[in-house]
Amino acid sequence: MLATASDLMAARYQMALSLGFHIVLSCFGVAFPAFIYVVHRRGLRGDAEALTLAKRWSKVSAVLFAVGAVSGTVLSFEMGLLWPGLMSKYGDVIGLPFALEGIAFFVEAIFMGIYLYGWNRLPPKVHLNTLIPMMVSGFVGTFCVVAVNAWMNSPAGFRLVNGEVTDVDPLAAMFNNATWTQVAHMFVAAYFVVGFVVAAVYAGGMLRGRRDRLHRVGFTTAFAFATIAALMQPLIGHVAGMRLAEHQPSKLAAMELATTTEDHAPLIIGGVLIDGEVRGGIEIPWLGSFLARGWFDRVLPGLDQVPEADQPPANVVHNSFQIMVGIGTGLALFSTWFWWRRRRGHDPIASKRVLQIALVAGPLAVVALEAGWTTTEVGRQPWIVQDVLRVKDAVTPNGGIWISLSVIVVVYAALGVIATRVVRSMSRRWRENGEIDLPTPYGPSPLETHESEEVGAP
Amino acid sequence: MSLADFCAALMFFGVVAYAIFAGADFGSGVWDLLAGDAHKGAAMRAQIDQSIGPVWEANHVWLIYVFVFMWTAFPTAFASMITTLFVPWLFVALGIVLRGSGFAFRKFAATMEQARLFGATFAASSVITPFFLGMIAGAIASGRVPDESGGLWSSWTGPTSWVGGVLAVLTCSFLAATFLAADASRAGRTALAEECGRRALVSGVLSGAVALIAIYPIESDADHLADGLQSRAAPLVVISAVAGLFALVRLRSHRYARARVGAVVAVASVVIGWGVAQYPDLLVDHVEIADAAGARSTLIGLIIVFGIATVTAVPAMVWLFVLVNRTDWSPKASVLEQAAEHPG
Repeated sequence: MLATASDLMAARYQMALSLGFHIVLSCFGVAFPAFIYVVHRRGLRGDAEALTLAKRWSKVSAVLFAVGAVSGTVLSFEMGLLWPGLMSKYGDVIGLPFALEGIAFFVEAIFMGIYLYGWNRLPPKVHLNTLIPMMVSGFVGTFCVVAVNAWMNSPAGFRLVNGEVTDVDPLAAMFNNATWTQVAHMFVAAYFVVGFVVAAVYAGGMLRGRRDRLHRVGFTTAFAFATIAALMQPLIGHVAGMRLAEHQPSKLAAMELATTTEDHAPLIIGGVLIDGEVRGGIEIPWLGSFLARGWFDRVLPGLDQVPEADQPPANVVHNSFQIMVGIGTGLALFSTWFWWRRRRGHDPIASKRVLQIALVAGPLAVVALEAGWTTTEVGRQPWIVQDVLRVKDAVTPNGGIWISLSVIVVVYAALGVIATRVVRSMSRRWRENGEIDLPTPYGPSPLETHESEEVGAP
Repeated sequence: MSLADFCAALMFFGVVAYAIFAGADFGSGVWDLLAGDAHKGAAMRAQIDQSIGPVWEANHVWLIYVFVFMWTAFPTAFASMITTLFVPWLFVALGIVLRGSGFAFRKFAATMEQARLFGATFAASSVITPFFLGMIAGAIASGRVPDESGGLWSSWTGPTSWVGGVLAVLTCSFLAATFLAADASRAGRTALAEECGRRALVSGVLSGAVALIAIYPIESDADHLADGLQSRAAPLVVISAVAGLFALVRLRSHRYARARVGAVVAVASVVIGWGVAQYPDLLVDHVEIADAAGARSTLIGLIIVFGIATVTAVPAMVWLFVLVNRTDWSPKASVLEQAAEHPG
C-alpha cells in the first residue's frame, strides 16, 4: 500500500512544522544555559542586577525547555510515524547518534531540574556549575541530531547490495563528511538566534523607557553572544557550502539558481525560475563560481546536470538561502558597527534607531534560522537520503495524515501563543511586583486560607 | 545470551524505568485531576508540583531511550510496530505534549483561570497518555502487531489492550499516591500524607483486583502471554503480589517510605513479568528478537552508549533523586512557603 500524493505532502508539512517549531526551542536549550552562566557568575561576584537576570532567565528557560522537551519527543515519534521507510531500513545505520543524543537529553533534563530547584538550596558555586553539564549536553545534543541530518545529506557507513543494507559502520555514518561543518553551523546558529532574540527583548524594554541597569546588562550580554555568533557564522556557512559542489550538486544548483553548468558562473541575487528561465534577479558576473567553489574559473554545477525528476524546487531553495545569507550578513555588519561605535566612546544603546534595529533583529534571526533549515531540507528533495532513498518511498502507508497535521497545527499554534503569553506575564509581574519567585496559583492564595497553612507548615 | 537478547534487555530496562518513574509522574496527574476544586485541592496540587517538578523531564527521557533503542537495535520491528499502532501513538504524542507544557505553564500562570485551564490540561493528559501506552502494550502482548491487514483500529482495541490501558492508569495512580504520601510525610505534612495514603490504598486494591480479573480476558485473548505468566514469569507475578500486599500493609500503618519500596517492586516485577513472558518474541507471535536485530556493529555501539550513560547520566540522576529526597529540599520548595517568604 502506497501513500497518496496528498498524504505525502501532509507528512512533509507535518515534519516541517514540528521541526520548524522545535528548532527555535532547541536553540534555547542549547545556548541559553551559557547566557545564564555568564550573568549568574557575575551575580555571584556581587552584581545584583546580573543575579536577578540569572534567576529570571532560569525561570523562562524552565518554560521553554519543557515545551522543547515535549516537541522534541514528537519529532522522535514522527521519525517512525511518518517515515517508517527510513527507519526500518536505516535505523541501525543512523541509530547511534540518536542513542547518544538520548544521553545528552538525559543529562540536560537532569541538570535542568537540579539547577532550577537548586536556587537557595545548593552551595552557590556548585549551583552555578550545574549549568556546565547543560552547556556540554547542548553541544553533544546538537552534534548528534545534526550528524543524522548530515548523514541524510551525505550518506556513509553502509553499502547497498541488491537493495539490502550491509557492512554497517555506525561511526562512519555518524562522522560523514558533512557532519562537522553542519554541526558547527547549527551550534553557532543557536547562539545567534538566542543572542538576538534575548537582546531584542531588552531593546524593546528600553524603547519603552525602561533604561535601568538590568536592561542594559541583559541587552549587552545577549548582544555580545549574538555578535560572536554572527561573525563566525558566515565563515562556517561558507565552508559548509563548499562541499556541496561535489556531494550535493543539485542542492547547490538550486541555491544559486544556476540553470546551466558553467565556469565563471554569475551570482544571482533574488530572481525566480519560470519555465527554466531566471527572471528578475540581479546577476553579478563570476561571483557565483568564486563564492561557491572558491575561485572564478571553477565550474558551478547547474540544474541541467540533474534529471528533472531529481531536481529540488529551486525557487524555494534559492530564496530561502538568500534570505538566510542576507539576514546573516546584515546582522553581522550591524553588530560589528555597534561594538565599533562603543569602542569609539559612543553609547549606541542611547540611540532609538539602534534599539529599533536590535528589536527587529530578534525575529529576523529566527527567520534566518528557518530559512537556513528550509534551504538544506528542501534542497535535498526529492530525496530523504541523498541519492539513496526518496521521500515518497520512506513515508508511512497510513492515510489520513491531514488529520494529524491539522491537530499539530492547532496544538502548536496554541502552544506558541500560550508560551509567549506566559513568559510575557512573568516579565510583567517581575516588573510590577519586583519579586522573583512568583507565587504559584494552585488555589486561592494559600496565605489567605488557614487550612492550607495547616497542611503546608513543616 | 546473544547480543540481540542483551540489547533487548537493555531496551526493556528502559521500559521498566519509564513505567516506574514516569508512571509516578503520570499518576500524580491523575490525582491532580481528582484533587477537587481550586480551594480544596490546593495542598495536593502544591505537593504534586513540588514532587514531580524537578524530575518529570528526566523521567520522560526514558521513553526517548526506549524509542531510540528500538529503532536502532530492531529497526524493522520498530517500523511495523509504529505503523500498525499509528493511532494510539498519535494519542500518546498528543498527551505527552499537553501534559508537559500544561504542567510547565501552570507553574507560571498569571491568573487562577489560566492555572485552572493549564492544570486541567496537564491532569487530563496524564490520564490519556498512560492509558494509550497500556493499550499499546496490550496490543503487542496479544500478538496483534504487526497487523498485516493494516487495521488501524483493530490492532489495539482487543481485550488485552483494554486491560493494559486500565491497569496502566491504575498502577500509575497507585505508584504516585504512594510517592506523594512519602514526600508529604517527609515534609511533615501529616494530613496530606494520610490523604495520599488513603488514595494509595484504594488505587492499590483496585490495581490488584483488576489484575486478578484480567486473568480471564488475557487467557482467552493472549495465550502466549498467559502461558508465559503461568510458567517462566510466574515467580515475578508472585513477587509482584507479595510486594503489593506489603505496600498495602505499610500504607495502613502510615509507613510511607517503606510502602513506596513495595509499590515500586510490585509494579517493576509485573512489567518485567510481561517481558519475560513474551520472550523470545519482540512482537508477540510475529517477530523474534534474534530475527529483528539490526547490524552487529550497531548493537555493539549501543551497548557502548549504554556504558557511557551509566557513567554520565546515571550518577547525575542519582544525585538529582538524592537532592529531591533530602528533607531540607522539600519544605523550602513548598510553594506555600515561597508565598510566605515573599508576600506580594
